[in-house]
Amino acid sequence: MGKRDYSPFGADAKRAVDSGLTAAEWYHTDVPRKVMKDLMARSDGPAIRDTILLYGLMLAFAAGGIATWGSLWTIPFWLAYGVLYGSASDSRWHECGHGTAFRTPWMNNAVYQISSFMIMRNPATWRWSHARHHSETYLVGRDPEIAVMRPTEMGKILLNFFGILDVLNFFPTLVRNALAGPTPEERTFVPESDWSKVRRAAQVHLAIYLGTGAIAVATGSILPLMVIGLPRIYGAWHHVMTGLLQHGGLADNVIDHRLNSRTVYMNPISRFIYWNMNYHVEHHMFPMVPYHALPRLHAAIKDDLPAPNTSIAAGFAEMWPALKRQMRYEDFFVKRDLPPTAKPYREDFHHYVPGMMPANPAE
Amino acid sequence: MPWIDACATDDIDQEDLIRFDHAGATYAIYHGVDGQFYATAGMCTHEHVHLCDGLVMDFTIECPKHNGQFDYRTGEAKRAPVCVNLKTFPVRVEGSRVLVEVA
Repeated sequence: MGKRDYSPFGADAKRAVDSGLTAAEWYHTDVPRKVMKDLMARSDGPAIRDTILLYGLMLAFAAGGIATWGSLWTIPFWLAYGVLYGSASDSRWHECGHGTAFRTPWMNNAVYQISSFMIMRNPATWRWSHARHHSETYLVGRDPEIAVMRPTEMGKILLNFFGILDVLNFFPTLVRNALAGPTPEERTFVPESDWSKVRRAAQVHLAIYLGTGAIAVATGSILPLMVIGLPRIYGAWHHVMTGLLQHGGLADNVIDHRLNSRTVYMNPISRFIYWNMNYHVEHHMFPMVPYHALPRLHAAIKDDLPAPNTSIAAGFAEMWPALKRQMRYEDFFVKRDLPPTAKPYREDFHHYVPGMMPANPAE
Repeated sequence: MPWIDACATDDIDQEDLIRFDHAGATYAIYHGVDGQFYATAGMCTHEHVHLCDGLVMDFTIECPKHNGQFDYRTGEAKRAPVCVNLKTFPVRVEGSRVLVEVA
C-alpha cells in the first residue's frame, strides 16, 4: 500500500468507500444469545460507585494540593489529581458516550458532558467521531480517531504523553467551533442536525476557560489553572499510555478486530482509571457490553482471540518496536498468533481492497 | 398486504427479540415487557447492522454497534446516532403463532 493518506477527502478514504470496505461485515466471535444478553445488561450500581470514588478522590486531591500550595508537599497531590482529571476523564467520556456505563440515560449524559470538558473534546463532535471509529476502525482516511498514523512520528507521540499537541490543536478548534460550528473535516461525520450543538458546547467550554484564565490573572496565580485546564497536560500520560496500546502497531484496513485491537491485562489502579478498556478487542467486537462486564466477556471469548499481553510493559514491548519499524516501513504490522481453539483470521479480509494490503505484510 | 407466520410465541423471551427473514427482507420481532408482540425493520437506520443482536430494555431496542435507540412500538428514533425512525409492521397472535403483516 505504501504511503497512506489519512485525509477524509483523500484517495484512501475514497478507495475504502468505492471498494465496499466501509460497508463490509466485521468478524464476531459467536456468543450464545442468552450469554450476550446477560453481558449487555445495564445497571447503575458499578458506575455510581466508581463515579463517587473518582470525584471524591479528585476533590480530596485538589483540596490537598491547594492546602499545600507553595510547598513541595503539593506535588503528589497534583500528580494524583492530574491523572484523574487528564486521564480518567478519557475513559469516562468513552464509556458514557457509548451509553453503557449507567443504565439511567441522564447519568450517562451528565458524566459524558463533564468528562468531555476535562479531556478537551467537543461533546457533540466526538460522539460522532467515535461512532465512525467503531464502524470503520482503523480504515485509513475514514476513522477520525487513528492515534498513530504511519509513518510513525515518535516526536508527536512523546509530546502527547503531556497532551501538548492535543491541547495545541484543541484551542484553535474550540474557538473555530464556537464561532462557526464544525470544521469541514468534522462535517464529514457530524450530521447537520448537530452542528448547532457543536457550536453551543464550544461556547460553553470557551467561557469556562476564559473565566478560569481571568481568575488566574486577577489573583496572580496559576492555581486556578492547576484545577481546570492544566491537568489535561500534566495528567495526560496515563490515558496516552493505555490509549496507544489499543491499536498501536497492529493492522489497518482490516475488518477483524483481532487484527487491529489489543487486549492487555493491567493492574487494578490502571483498570480503574481506564474503566476496563484494556479489554479492547472485546470492546470493539461487542461495544454494547458495559465496562464492568468486560472481564466476563473476556472469559467467554478469549479462546477465539490472540493471547492478551500480560502487562502494560509487555504490551509496550510488543508495540514500541512495531511503531519504530513503521517509521520506515509503513506496511509493517504485528500479527499475533491465534490459539488452536480460535477461528482463523479471515485472510480475505486483509485483501478485501485490492492493492491495499501487501501479500505478506507481517514479519 | 399478506400476514406471514413469523415464529412461535415461545420463540422469543419476554423483553427480547429475534430476527425474521422473509422474501429478501429482514425484520425484528419483539416480545415486549407488556407481553405483546411487535415487529420492525430488522436493520438499524444508521448503518447496516442487524438489530437482532441488540439489547431490549423496556420498550427500547438498542443497536449493537453504536447504541442508537428506537422505541420498537412506534419506531421512533430516541438516541443518536440514529436520526431516522424505524419502520414498524402490524403483528397479531393466533394461538401460539406470531403473524406479521409485511410490506
